[in-house]
Amino acid sequence: MTRELTCINCPMGCELNVEVDGDKVISVSGNTCKRGEIYAHSEISAPTRTVTTTIISAEGRPVPVKTAQPIPKGMLFECTAAIKSAEVHLPVKVGQIIIEDLLGTGAQVTATKTVK
Amino acid sequence: MYDVIIIGGGVTGCAAAAELAKYQLNVCLVEKESDVCEGTSKANSAIVHAGFDAEPDTLKAKLNVRGNAMIAELSKKLDFAFKNNGAMVLCFEEEKLADLEKLCEKGEKNGVAGLEILSGDEARAREPRLSKEVKYALYAPTSGIVCPFEMTLAFAENAYANGVEFRLSTEVTAIDKISDGWKITTDKGEISGRYIFNCAGVYADRIAEMANAGGFRIIPRKGEYMLMDKDAGGTVSHTIFQLPTKMGKGVLVTPTVHGNLLVGPTAEDIDDKENTATTAGGLAEIRAKSALSVEGLPFGKVITGFTGLRAVGDTNDFIINEGAEGFFNAAGIESPGLTSAPAIAEMLREMLSKKTDLSPKTDHIDTREGVVHFAELSREEQNALIAKDPTYGNIVCRCETITEGEIRDAINRPLGAVTLDGVKRRTRAGMGRCQAGFCSPKTILLLAEKLGCGIGGVRKTGREEVQKDA
Amino acid sequence: MREFDLVIVGGGPAGMAAAVSARENGLENIVILERDSELGGILNQCIHNGFGLHTFKEELTGPEYAERYAEKVNSMGIPYETDTMVLNISKDRVVTLLSKGRGVEDIRAKSVILAMGCRERPRGALNIPGYRPQGVYTAGTAQKLVNCEGYLPGKEVVILGSGDIGLIMARRMTLEGAHVAAVAELMPYSSGLKRNIVQCLDDYGIPLLLSHTVVDIKGKEKLEGVVIAQVDSKNAPIAGTEKFYPCDTLLLSCGLIPENELSKNCGVEIDPRTNGPLVDEGLETSIDGVFACGNVLHVHDLVDFVSEESARAGASAAEFVKRGCTADSTEPVKVIPQNGVRYTVPSQIHTAELTGDVHIRFRVTGVFKDCAIVVKAGENELLRRKSRILVPSEMQDIIIRQDKLAEVGEDICVEIEEV
Repeated sequence: MTRELTCINCPMGCELNVEVDGDKVISVSGNTCKRGEIYAHSEISAPTRTVTTTIISAEGRPVPVKTAQPIPKGMLFECTAAIKSAEVHLPVKVGQIIIEDLLGTGAQVTATKTVK
Repeated sequence: MYDVIIIGGGVTGCAAAAELAKYQLNVCLVEKESDVCEGTSKANSAIVHAGFDAEPDTLKAKLNVRGNAMIAELSKKLDFAFKNNGAMVLCFEEEKLADLEKLCEKGEKNGVAGLEILSGDEARAREPRLSKEVKYALYAPTSGIVCPFEMTLAFAENAYANGVEFRLSTEVTAIDKISDGWKITTDKGEISGRYIFNCAGVYADRIAEMANAGGFRIIPRKGEYMLMDKDAGGTVSHTIFQLPTKMGKGVLVTPTVHGNLLVGPTAEDIDDKENTATTAGGLAEIRAKSALSVEGLPFGKVITGFTGLRAVGDTNDFIINEGAEGFFNAAGIESPGLTSAPAIAEMLREMLSKKTDLSPKTDHIDTREGVVHFAELSREEQNALIAKDPTYGNIVCRCETITEGEIRDAINRPLGAVTLDGVKRRTRAGMGRCQAGFCSPKTILLLAEKLGCGIGGVRKTGREEVQKDA
Repeated sequence: MREFDLVIVGGGPAGMAAAVSARENGLENIVILERDSELGGILNQCIHNGFGLHTFKEELTGPEYAERYAEKVNSMGIPYETDTMVLNISKDRVVTLLSKGRGVEDIRAKSVILAMGCRERPRGALNIPGYRPQGVYTAGTAQKLVNCEGYLPGKEVVILGSGDIGLIMARRMTLEGAHVAAVAELMPYSSGLKRNIVQCLDDYGIPLLLSHTVVDIKGKEKLEGVVIAQVDSKNAPIAGTEKFYPCDTLLLSCGLIPENELSKNCGVEIDPRTNGPLVDEGLETSIDGVFACGNVLHVHDLVDFVSEESARAGASAAEFVKRGCTADSTEPVKVIPQNGVRYTVPSQIHTAELTGDVHIRFRVTGVFKDCAIVVKAGENELLRRKSRILVPSEMQDIIIRQDKLAEVGEDICVEIEEV
């Protein structure tokens, strides 16, 4: 079957037509450079995203956090929910690990701001 | 049992409250919104009219000229912004000169001082940005500009300080005659009073009907406006009118008392007493009409648009009468209602004095201090204020240079602000070029702290939500 | 009166980068004045990632990027004063500031860097008709409420304008549990980055309605919905295409305006195209010793470019102080944007007293494919750079070599040549 993607590597935003078989890429068309093809492969086989959100600390102030490694795109909502339910106490330092392994993805969740 | 119940917390009701508070009377003001100045009084041209526009011998003419004469002194005593900037009425056609002359004569009959007819060139010499198409102008030196929010609040706060009770978020649903006066039913219970003042703006007809004291209709006349950045405030220094048309005064271009530029209003009679929406057509009309007066107005500097509803009666004049025994109407208070408010209050008091003896209070306070405007103080005053209260050293609204101290004062003072718009009307926080983008999160937190609610409980405007039983 | 070699107005990314660079270039007596309670500016509320790829060669979130610079400022011992608002800057560089601790105070500066950033275009400036209910926010205000106050303003959202903050907020509100019904964009193209359209809209199935705008706002006290209509090639709404979207929140992401009220009061000349100061190659404004950088100068797409530009302003200020605060002695040539170039920063170059290569930053007026950026002085072509695509949402940055400019005595034109 065919999947349509928009390449994000440059403002061209090439509309990619990707011929796929399961999560295997058979061919890519519509791209104008090599980067489009590489993008299509990664987007089809294992699309990942970084999640950034906030956790309301026990003291009531929001602490911004991120997944230090990208997580599977399909898990965006459950990962966000899991992060938001984590418990955080102030003070927090930037880079401090909040969750060691987010829902078995292997991704750490770290604070992105020092909050006193 | 109150002596007087005033229905409506607009400028008319609040001015009446301040007037009655001079006497030994037990007065209560009832307002359906959570703040005073929530209707016509908050969305108008903010002009202190000279008084040439009204037909001679009407209440409008009489009360306008009288109100105009009162406001300068009131603005000092009650601490609200007023500037006597003068006005011009522009005439664009040679053959309309007669109309302009008639307007001038009308003004003179009404007792307006200092009117003169200028040639186009004379007008442009005094107001250089006027269009070359201007053939003549009627110049009215007694015209002025005022802050309508501050003026209404000033009356309200002064009335409060002199013992008037304010019942906000209280809507009148029925009015019944009782043996010694009137019983008013509201969504918050019943109140009774010997006399009623109906100052209910666009709803004055419905209130009068409830008491069988009406027989008139109020047709809301929608007026849309555009407000421009202070950058554009110097475009004109006078209030610039155009010769009247069938639908009123056409559009005006005027500086505001705080230095913005205001253009509008449109004039459209509507049925819906709540329809304060702006329209694409209205905004386009303002652009087109105002261009006649001043070419090249900087519409790129518009920071907001708004709509007000003028409470137009069906009698061509203010409707000020005793509609039923002890029930006084102050209805149809359209333009020049803002200017006339203190004179209407006097007239109502005069009418009341014929029914009951009024003895002046000995301890009446005739002054009121508004929220300090930090930016307008001298350096010494500013530093003295900060030394006393450091919150005046923290700017919340950067566009208008409004400090945390001013916002706290606006929230904490008697009849204080309970909404974001209430804070804005008292301090100007959020009224500047970013239109509250930066300051609203901070103001919301200050309001939430005072109201003891979360951020979600802070309202921009309007009535308190009725607490439902859990 | 306290005296400083350099006063920097604003402690966001521009102010911090300028301070670091000024110190590296030998200025000791510096102060950063920040109106907020911490350094970082608007980056503190930009908790999403995508910052720092150029500067730090890694992807950071806004607060992380800010903290990296704040650490530099701290480790270099550069003084800064927070909760301090600058009220005025005079032509002779007396800066009036306000703080709780010191009240209203005048300080004297040998040089000033303007780094106040920008603000969002409000609803009123867009002339959207309708009511003025609660629930209409600029995207940045909503971002502040969600990310810094932990408050989600609504559950059913429509966004007008496809600027990056709007796109970022579409994703943010969705992940926070709101439903974003649509993003309407007046122009036939988005003003946001491609990556944001894919990762903030497409990922969540949020439709982007190009050539659409909000034509009415319903709800007197609280927002009840908006009417969106398609627009024609002149951006006028097309009758019959109106559609009602029930919503409790309307976010506006319709452009940023450099915040130059202080600059204007100081007498700094403003470029009507950027709404920022007119500057020369050293980012010096029309007032001697007053420099500008970052979003107060022109709206950038990436913070990395803000940092780079601001470092230049810091170096220029240091140079100005070191040479005894004297004005440039030679006449500059003008830089003129034409054919597809909306503006350039700088707008003039002192070709006879250059100390290095010159960056020219600009934005294009529309989408150009297979084109070339051409810089000419008369017949003399100073630079030609081919490009597959140029879009208005991306700031362009070209570097003209010092040796090419040194001989130039006539105005320089920057234009797009379609191939």
